[in-house]
Amino acid sequence: MRLNRLLTAGILSLIPFSPALASDGLNSGDTAWIIVSTALVMMMTPAGLALFYGGIARYKNLLNTFAMTLVAYCLASVIWMMWGYSIAFGPDIGGITGGLQHFFMAGIGVDSLSGSIPTYVFALFQMTFACITVALVLGSVVDRMKFSSWIVFTILWVTFIYAPVAHWVWGGGWMANMGALDFAGGTVVHINAGVAGLVLALVLGKRIGYGKEAMFPSSIALTALGAALLWFGWFGFNAGSQLAADGVAGSAFLVTNTSAAAGALTWMIIEWLVNKKPTVLGMASGIVSGLVAITPAAGFVNMPASLIIGLVAGALGFYSVAKIKPKLGYDDSLDAFGVHGVCGIWGALATGLFANPAVNEAGKGLFYGNPKQLWIQVISIVATAVFTAIGTLIIAYITKAVTGGLRVEQEDEIIGLDNSIHGERGFEIQ
Amino acid sequence: MKKIEAVIKPFKLDDVKEALNEIGIQGMTISEVKGYGRQKGHKEIYRGAEYVVDFIPKIKIEIVVEADRVQQVVNCIRESANTGKIGDGKIFVIPVEEALRVRTGETGPDAI
Repeated sequence: MRLNRLLTAGILSLIPFSPALASDGLNSGDTAWIIVSTALVMMMTPAGLALFYGGIARYKNLLNTFAMTLVAYCLASVIWMMWGYSIAFGPDIGGITGGLQHFFMAGIGVDSLSGSIPTYVFALFQMTFACITVALVLGSVVDRMKFSSWIVFTILWVTFIYAPVAHWVWGGGWMANMGALDFAGGTVVHINAGVAGLVLALVLGKRIGYGKEAMFPSSIALTALGAALLWFGWFGFNAGSQLAADGVAGSAFLVTNTSAAAGALTWMIIEWLVNKKPTVLGMASGIVSGLVAITPAAGFVNMPASLIIGLVAGALGFYSVAKIKPKLGYDDSLDAFGVHGVCGIWGALATGLFANPAVNEAGKGLFYGNPKQLWIQVISIVATAVFTAIGTLIIAYITKAVTGGLRVEQEDEIIGLDNSIHGERGFEIQ
Repeated sequence: MKKIEAVIKPFKLDDVKEALNEIGIQGMTISEVKGYGRQKGHKEIYRGAEYVVDFIPKIKIEIVVEADRVQQVVNCIRESANTGKIGDGKIFVIPVEEALRVRTGETGPDAI
């Protein structure tokens, strides 16, 4: 259904604005729900993610983590309205990118519709996705990246990586035409951000003292609160991605909550068995793992499938950050790849397995007699990962040239970025 | 005069203070300190990264008394700070050469 709606939206955007068409198509219930969803997803970045990441970052880098999240939100907001939306949702050019017809929102008015909602609402809803995706990347690079480099990187990345990938999947590009299923952003958001984070972490190198000195999270309480706000916002992210207030949106809402809970419980139990302590950081991480994995599947799978998706995500997340990462030796500071990349890949595959035509006729997975879907999902995962990896690498080196290096001075890194970059501190405790 | 330095578990501070008040000790200096002995530190694991916390928070109490009261004070602290578990702390007794009350200029035992 989502695909149909988006195709309709794409076609509508090609047709010069027609008031008669507009008044016929607008659905106030759908519009109200997407306006609310947009506000929910907005909150995920400057509140949810900032707290989630800030709490895991060291005390001396807490504010810098907030600052990078905030600036990513602001930059992506502006870029999206200037040209990002047009690249992602402008008229298709060869399945690769959208045209620049909507540069600075040109050609869109208060009566323009995307499906049954105003195009302005659709563009804003999509904007919040661009914002959180680029902000997710910073989980791999906190504690050591220059603020100026992060700003340049964000501008380039949203323009040249996020917007085209969004076009491929949701803007009528080649992945949509191939039949790839990504309800709310498994490939576009999570695999994209996770792989980009990993590449940027490898280019930046490890933090000083990584693996040798203790790097305590500044506040697990902030992280737990951030995870709760992410969970809350994710209802808009997933149930809103139906772009309508209907039964599929309700189903997406249900499976989102179930998968998050299953992810948290699984991570907690495994950690309890392996490390003897059920940690709050583990539960918070499990919530996010479950949410990430259900994202591409949300509008396609039923409740039992969401339990399995969440359960596997909690286990995968735990093993990827606690067992695999130390062996491979890269410094993904807050595990953007370990959680978002790995669980995003699982979610995209799971969509190819569990997509149930009884939930949504647009998706039919392996377990419902369509093995080809799994293969399509694999192609979409590999293509996204490869494109992001190469594109991010190029952008990282361009950024490095523009800002004269990506890393802060060694002394600044040791003092902490709150002080050396912002001249502030996160807490005044006496 | 002797100085008694006792390093104890933080949650035992109130018990020790009350016990010392009961035997007539009217002043003390305390500080929040960190350290480890046979108790060693403890382990914290964050997403699989294992950090050993070597230094555990303790309270250090410093009291200066006349030499003939040392045994009484030491016993009092030992009894009130004791939980029977590892990490209860240590008590040291150190000679003090001189004492002086800033306000009046009194010296020696009068200044304690």
